Parts: sequence; structure tokens; C-alpha cells
Amino acid sequence: MKAQKHIMTMLVDNEPGVVSRVAGLFSGKGFNIESICGSPTHNPEVSRITIVTRADAPVIEQIEKQLRKLINVLKLRSLNGPQCVRRELALVCIPVKPEQRPEVLRIVDLVGGRVADAGLNHLIVEVSGEQEEIETAIRLLEPYGIKKLARTGPIGLIREPK
Amino acid sequence: MEMTGAQILLRMLAEESVDTLFGYPGGAVIDIYDELARSEIRHVLVRHEQAAVHAADGYARARGTVGVCLVTSGPGATNTVTGIASAYADSIPLVVLTGQVPTHLIGNDAFQEVDIVGITRPCTKHNYLVPSVDQLAPILKEAFHLARSGRPGPVLVDIPKNVQSARTLFRPPAPLRARPYAAVSEPHAGQLRTAARLIQTARRPLIFAGGGVIRAGAAPELTRLARRFRIPVTCSLMGLGAFPGDDPLFLGMLGMHGTYAANLSTGACDLLLGVGVRFDDRVTGKTDAFAPQATIVHIDIDPTSIRKNVPVRVPLVGDCRVSLERLNDLLDDPPADALEEARREWLARIEEWKTCRPLCYRTDGTIKPQQVVETLYELTRGEAIITTEVGQNQMWAAQYYRVRHPGHFISSGGLGTMGFGLPAAIGAQIACPEKTVVDIAGDGSIQMNIQELATAVQYRLPVKVVILNNGCLGMVRQWQELFYGGRYSATCNNAQPDFVKLAEAYGAFGLRAERPEEVLPVLERGLSLPGPAILDFRVTPEECVYPMVPAGAPITEMLLV
Repeated sequence: MKAQKHIMTMLVDNEPGVVSRVAGLFSGKGFNIESICGSPTHNPEVSRITIVTRADAPVIEQIEKQLRKLINVLKLRSLNGPQCVRRELALVCIPVKPEQRPEVLRIVDLVGGRVADAGLNHLIVEVSGEQEEIETAIRLLEPYGIKKLARTGPIGLIREPK
Repeated sequence: MEMTGAQILLRMLAEESVDTLFGYPGGAVIDIYDELARSEIRHVLVRHEQAAVHAADGYARARGTVGVCLVTSGPGATNTVTGIASAYADSIPLVVLTGQVPTHLIGNDAFQEVDIVGITRPCTKHNYLVPSVDQLAPILKEAFHLARSGRPGPVLVDIPKNVQSARTLFRPPAPLRARPYAAVSEPHAGQLRTAARLIQTARRPLIFAGGGVIRAGAAPELTRLARRFRIPVTCSLMGLGAFPGDDPLFLGMLGMHGTYAANLSTGACDLLLGVGVRFDDRVTGKTDAFAPQATIVHIDIDPTSIRKNVPVRVPLVGDCRVSLERLNDLLDDPPADALEEARREWLARIEEWKTCRPLCYRTDGTIKPQQVVETLYELTRGEAIITTEVGQNQMWAAQYYRVRHPGHFISSGGLGTMGFGLPAAIGAQIACPEKTVVDIAGDGSIQMNIQELATAVQYRLPVKVVILNNGCLGMVRQWQELFYGGRYSATCNNAQPDFVKLAEAYGAFGLRAERPEEVLPVLERGLSLPGPAILDFRVTPEECVYPMVPAGAPITEMLLV
């Protein structure tokens, strides 16, 4: 069976140690984490953790069952397919000489990014979108030499009925 | 009423009907011990914190309740880890109470500070650090609920010293908040009907029962189902006692050291009904070759157990007792002659496997460990509570002591913890004072918690330790003999205590047998002694446990005597 990318999101108790319980489950059982993103929600008692993993179908089934067994995991959903909205944010720092600036700004424009910080010899570009869009942006900026890169990993929500 | 944290703790223990606590005092739990002295709860002072957990474990298994232990912070807490991991692997309900340094010192590398919540996260069902005295009662209530509900397991509650001494107005905690985590006890109706149909139509059915049957109190329903439909039964190590060991339908244990009949039946059955099992690697052998002809129906309370190791056609997620009850209700009694006809061939085949390759050993003028266990079985008529250590002693106990009741075979199955048997026997003896409790031990394992003889002596617990003394770490030695060219690296105990003198030094009785004809009189005499005793049987050093399935081989390919 082929390993496939799988995004899952869960609501968890907003308590100390919860991220460690979730991450520890993955490391302890030999599951893979490509990215993990945790943050508070509108409800102060609840946080949201979104994880991207790569595994074959039976392992994904096992991961989901194991996560549901954690006492602090309140709700677990997968975020794959068109019924979900997914976004990731990346900050890309590139060295940019003044004469290169216009062409770099054209690329930023092309990928729907914006400049988060600019200096005489650098730009920090902010891009958000689906993971594929982020990867395109990075590929286009790579020729200028990436100095630093920070990505949030995807977050997402399931769409409401229209 | 205003109460201290320590008082609230004891009050909550009383509300949970806890009457016995296994523990060891220390600086970070001194407030609790101060209250304990004035309480009606019985405290059993062990001699090492690991033993407190094993004793609570043995108590929980023998009595079917939650076992509770209490230890101090730092080393007291870390010493419990092996006990907790053992209970976790075997799904035993425990509440482990640890002291912690005062909250303002946490993270400071204070004296006897350790992050026990962090350390035990992967080997507890859940754990808590109590942040304030107001939280203590609700956390304890939830801890007991989690320990015993669903698939049971150990829960740790870490209580800082200042939380124990702080005062607050005690209110009985509110009912537990509804949790998404809640085990489903009622299995899916459609799947139940499918399972029932399969049971009715199967020609070569086999029941495989595990520890979950015992935890759920499902042994009577299981026995009823097996007898109504004349389905032969095999058990995992943890399942021994779920079905009467002397019933003609019983095949003995399955797996690496399972019986010939049990292992071959698994290979030949067309329906395998797994109940409260997790298809552990010691049971399945090579999973691709496991039960190749069978449709597998799997009943378990824990959805993660299902399809973890073997493909399952009909999953029944639910309480084992409820599920078996439903199956028994759904199924009408088959006409006696039709059942007779349907089972004749299958049961005859099994009978042939049983008789052509029974459990057996060769006698040669030395004491055979199997003979010791067999004689013990006969003397106690299969009614004793048996605890075991880990290794050959454990396998011979499982093979030759035909356990008849649930909760009567207490062994560290999942984690395989040497040193488990003696403290577990102490816990079981406290839970069942009227019972004969015997720890079947090896000379290696017994020395891992030998200090607990002092506990047995102090509380006048007449536990008997039967040492199958072969002077070596027998199971590893056996592997070295069979698979490592006879290179006996570090498995021969060249220096060994005199176990009779050792027993006497602790104030216990000590007896020894060196010849086969001494086995019966030493066991008879030993079992009649009024206090704890070590019975030292000098057995054949080179005796191996057979049958044996080499690791990773199909379960039907066994090395035999």
C-alpha cells in the first residue's frame, strides 16, 4: 500500500502537556509528523492542533484511533479533499540587491505574496495559500538564494453548508 | 467543611471504596502519611516502590477492583515506572499517587524533583499534576473513573506537597464532565448479527480468549457460548482462567509456547472468535500465516486493538461481557444431534492433536520443573491463585497449572516484568486472605524483588514462593542453546544465595528439594506452613520449554520435545 499525505485537525483541552501527549503518541508509536501546528481557539478551554502525516491507509486508521483514545483529544477530523479550506503561511527571507528588486517583486506579485520586511539587501516575503502554492512560491524564489525560511504547516477548517 | 489536601485525598479514597493502599513514605508525602495514621484505610508498607505497584496490580487482578499505591517524589516516583508500564501492558486498573515538590519549586531541579507526569505519559492511560487543592477531588474522581472504565489501565496523580497541606472548603466533586473519550460498551447490532450467523454456520470454529474477558467479567458468558455450541477454546497467557482449564473443550494456551492442539487448531479453523485479545506477536507468530483459513471475528473494547496486527472480517467494538451476552441471546440452541454431527469431525481432529502431542517431558532422575508445577496443581486441585515471575517458570506455570477461575492466574504478560510475582502474590493474598497463593518463580526473577519477603513476614501473609531453581536465566539460555550456537553469554548464575537460609534470614520458612521423590513431600509440607515460605526446587538446569515456535515463524511450526 502506498503512503499518502494526510491532514488531520483536532480540538484538544487547552491544558499544559497536551501537545506533548499528541506528539509523544506519534514518536512513541513510530508514526510520522510532517508538520504540526497548535494554537488557541475562540473557546479559552479548547485549542486546535493540525497535523500532516504521511502513511498508508491502515496506519492512518490506527493513528486516528490512537488519537481518539487520548483523554484530552475532544474531536478529530481529517482535512483532506475539496470540502475543506486549507492554508499555510510561509516567510521567505532572500538576499536581494537593489537592481534585482523589481523582478523579485514581480514574482511576489505573481504568487500573491507581499513584502513583510525590506532592507537594502534583503526582502522577507510572506506567502499564504494551499501547500502547493507555497511550494511554487519557494521554487520561484529559490534562484535568488533563500537565506531563511519559516513555514507554519497547514491549518484548515471544514466548509459549512452553502 | 474546611479540609487539607491530605484529608481530601483520604476522603476521596474512602468514597471510591479503597480499603488498602500499598506504599512507601518519603518527604513529599509525609502530610498524607500523617493523615493515614488516623485513617481506617489499611496501609501496606512494601520495601521498594516498584513492589508497591506490582502488589496493587496483584490486588486489583485478584479482586477485580482498582489497585492503589502511594509513593514519594523523585526516586519514589521513578521506581514505580516499571510497575506502571507492566499494568499498562496488561490493562490493569490502578491509581498511582505520587508526591511532588511544592508547586513553587517545580522546574527548579529541587531535591527529589522529577517530572513523573512527563516520564509516565506513554505508559499510563492518563496522568495528572494537581495544580491546586481545589482541583484535587475532581481529579481523583476522574482518575478512578478512567482507571476502571473502558479498557482499564493505570492512571497517575502527582500531588505537590503544598497541595497536600493547603486547606480548602471540601465539596464532593460534581458528576464527571461528559468526555468524548468514552468506551462504547454496546457492540454494533448489524455486526453482531453477522457474527451470530458465522457462529451458526462455521464448521471448524475456535474461540481465542484473552485478558479482556477476565477484566470484563465475561468468563461465564464465554463458557456458556463455548459449551452451547461446542466450540473449542484456547487462551492467551493473559486469558488463562477465562475458561475452565480442565474442561474437555479447552486446548491450553496458544502461541510461542502454546500447545500443539491449540496452535494447529488456529491453523485449521474456519472461524476464529477473538475475545478481549490484541493478537500480540507472541501469539500470532508470523502474521501472514496466522489462521489462514479463518474468518476472524474480533470483540474488543478498544478500537485500536482491532486490525492492528491481523485483518478482521467482523469487528465488534464493545464490552466483552455485553457482546457475548448479546450473542448468546441472539443464538438459538442448536438441535443436539445436528450439533453433534456438525462438530464430530472437528472435535475428533482436535482430540487427535491433543493425544498424539500432549504437553510432556522426559524424566531422568533429576527434578523436572514441569513435575513441580503438575504436583502443585494436583495438591491445590487447581484452586490456588498462581502468580508468576517471567521466563521459563512463567511458561511452565501457564502450561501445567490448569487454571480454573478468572483472576487466579496473575502474570506480567505484555511487559514481561521479572520480579513481578512475589509482590503480586502479596497483593493477591491481601485481596483474598482465605486463598492459597503461590508465586511460581525462577532463581533469577525472584532476586529482582526478594526484599518483599520482609513485607510478607511483617503482615503474616502465607504466600509460598516455589522457585524452579535451574541456576541460570533459563529462557535466554534456551534461546542461546537453540538459536545462538550454545554460547551462554551472561546467563549462568555462578554465585547464588542459599534460598533456604535467605528465607530464614527474613523470618520466613525455607525448604529444599533435590530429588524427584522429594517434590511431593516438600510441596505438601510447604503448603501447610502457616507463614510465608520459599520452596527451593533444584531442577534440571538444561530443561527447555516446549513446544516452541521460533520468533517470526508460523504458529503451526513448532519445535517439540
